[in-house]
Amino acid sequence: MLCESCGQRKATVHYTEIINGQKRESHLCEVCAGELHSQSFNFPPQLNLHHFLAGLLNHEFGESDYSIPAKSGKKCDKCGIVEEQFIKQGLLGCGDCYPYFGDKLQPLLRRIHGNNRHTGKVPVRTGGRARVVKEIEDLKSKLKTAVEHEEFELAVKYRDSIRALEGKLQHEGGEV
Amino acid sequence: MSSKDAVSCAHSRWMESDGPESDVVVSSRVRVARNLTGIPFPHMLGPEKTKEVVNAVRLALNNEQFKAVAGESGLIHLSELSPVDRQILVDKHLISPDMLNDFQNKAVVMSQDETIVIMINEEDHLRMQCLLSGLQLTKAWEIINQVDDGLEQTIDFAFSEKLGYLTSCPTNVGTGLRASVMLHLPGLKLTRQLGGVLGATGKLGLTIRGLYGEGTEAVGDLFQISNQITLGQSEEEIIDNLISVSKQIMSQEQAARQVLYNNRREVIEDRVFRAYGILKHARILSSEEAMRLFSDLRLGLGLKAVTGIPAKLLNELMVKIRPAFMVKIAGREMSAYERDSFRAGLIRKELEI
Repeated sequence: MLCESCGQRKATVHYTEIINGQKRESHLCEVCAGELHSQSFNFPPQLNLHHFLAGLLNHEFGESDYSIPAKSGKKCDKCGIVEEQFIKQGLLGCGDCYPYFGDKLQPLLRRIHGNNRHTGKVPVRTGGRARVVKEIEDLKSKLKTAVEHEEFELAVKYRDSIRALEGKLQHEGGEV
Repeated sequence: MSSKDAVSCAHSRWMESDGPESDVVVSSRVRVARNLTGIPFPHMLGPEKTKEVVNAVRLALNNEQFKAVAGESGLIHLSELSPVDRQILVDKHLISPDMLNDFQNKAVVMSQDETIVIMINEEDHLRMQCLLSGLQLTKAWEIINQVDDGLEQTIDFAFSEKLGYLTSCPTNVGTGLRASVMLHLPGLKLTRQLGGVLGATGKLGLTIRGLYGEGTEAVGDLFQISNQITLGQSEEEIIDNLISVSKQIMSQEQAARQVLYNNRREVIEDRVFRAYGILKHARILSSEEAMRLFSDLRLGLGLKAVTGIPAKLLNELMVKIRPAFMVKIAGREMSAYERDSFRAGLIRKELEI
C-alpha cells in the first residue's frame, strides 16, 4: 500500500482516529506521518465561540446537562423571541433582549469577553449620556499627559472643559 | 461598484501587495457590526422588514459625510446576482460565506475600489468592512470609523451605555469590532515553529485559523488571526494588540525565512523553482496542489530568489483557480477533472511573463 499523502513511498504508519463518532483511517509513510505528527500535536484546538455558545447558554440558564430546557414560556416583550430559541441558536432577537435577559447574560459576557462594560466608541445620536462620560474620560487622560509634560495652560483648559461637562451631566440628571 | 466589475474581474484593491509588510501580511481587515434601533435582528425578520433595513442604508448612502469617505457606492441585492457571481464575491473575500444563506433578503454596498463593503442583513443589520493590502489595520479602522460616522448621520444604531453596540450574537457586543490579518507563514512551517507561535497567539485573546482547508490543515500556509474579545477594550486597544502580535509573528517568520535561506539555500531555491516549473508547465492541477505551489513561489518572491512575478498576480490567481471563477471564465459547469485541467491551463497562461 502506498502512502495516502505523497503517493510515492510505502505506507508503514497506520492509524485510526475517532472524532465525534466519525471513524477515519489513515495510511501514511514515515515521512508524511512525521510531518502530520509535528503539525497536529502542536496546534492549538480550534475554539469557535459561536459553536460553544449554545452550550454555555444552557449552562448559564441552569441546565447542566446541555439539553434544551423544558418550555418556560419566557419571551422578550419586544421581539417575541422565546428563551428556548435564544438558547438553541445563540442569537438574541433584538436590542431589548439584552436588558430582558440581562441577569443571565452578564455572567456569559464575562466568560466570553472577561468583561461586561463597554469602553469603546460611543455613537453621537444614540450614545446619550455615555458620549459625555466618554468625552470626560478622554479629557482626563489628556489632562494627565499635559500635567506630566508641565503644559499647565493646556491642563487648565482641559480641567475647565471637564468641569463644564460634569456640570452638564449633573444638570441633565438621570442614570448613566 | 459596478457589481459587474466585482464579479467579472478577479482583481481587488487589497490584492495589490503594495501595503506595508506585504511579504508576510497579505491583507488587513476591520469589520464592525451595527444594528438599527427598534428593529429586531435579521434572523427574526420577514422579507418586508428586511427591506426597511435595506432602504435605511440606501438613504444613508446619499449623505455627504458618507460619500466623502466611500465615494459613490452602489447597492446590490444578492438576489440580482447568479449563484456563481455570489460565490465569486465570497472567494474575493468581499462578503462572508454566511451571506449566501437566505440571500433573498440580503444586500451589499461596495465602494468602487472594493475596499469598503457593507453587508446588509447578515447576522446583524449592518456589517461594514474595510479590506486593505499589507499591515494597515489602523488605517482600515480609521476608514471604517468614518464610514460608521457617515451612516450614523441618518441611522440610529442600537446602543447601550453599559454594553456598547448591541449585536445579534453576544460574542460581538460592545465595539462590534472584528479585526483580522491574513498572514503567509511558510518559514515557520518549514522550521516547525508554527505550533509554538500559534499556541502563544491563542493565549492572547486572539483566534488563529487556516484560511483555506479544514481543521489543522492550512492550505497554502495562509493563516488568519483575529481578535476574540469585543467588550471591555476600546477599538484602538483591540487594533494595537493585533498589530503588535502580528509584528512579532512577522519578525519570527522573516527570521525563519532568512535562516532557511542562509543555511539551506539550494534546498529552498530548488523548492521555489520546482514550484515555478510545475505551475508553468503542468497540465493537471488540483486547487490544493496549486495553492501549495503558490505558497512556495510566494516564499521565493519574498526572498527575492525569483523575480519578475508580481505578488498581486498570485493573489488574483488564488481567486481565479476557485471553481466559481473558472465557471465564469469557461461559461459552463465542469467536472472535477475538467476543472483541474482548466486550472492548469489558466495558470500557465497567467505565468507567461
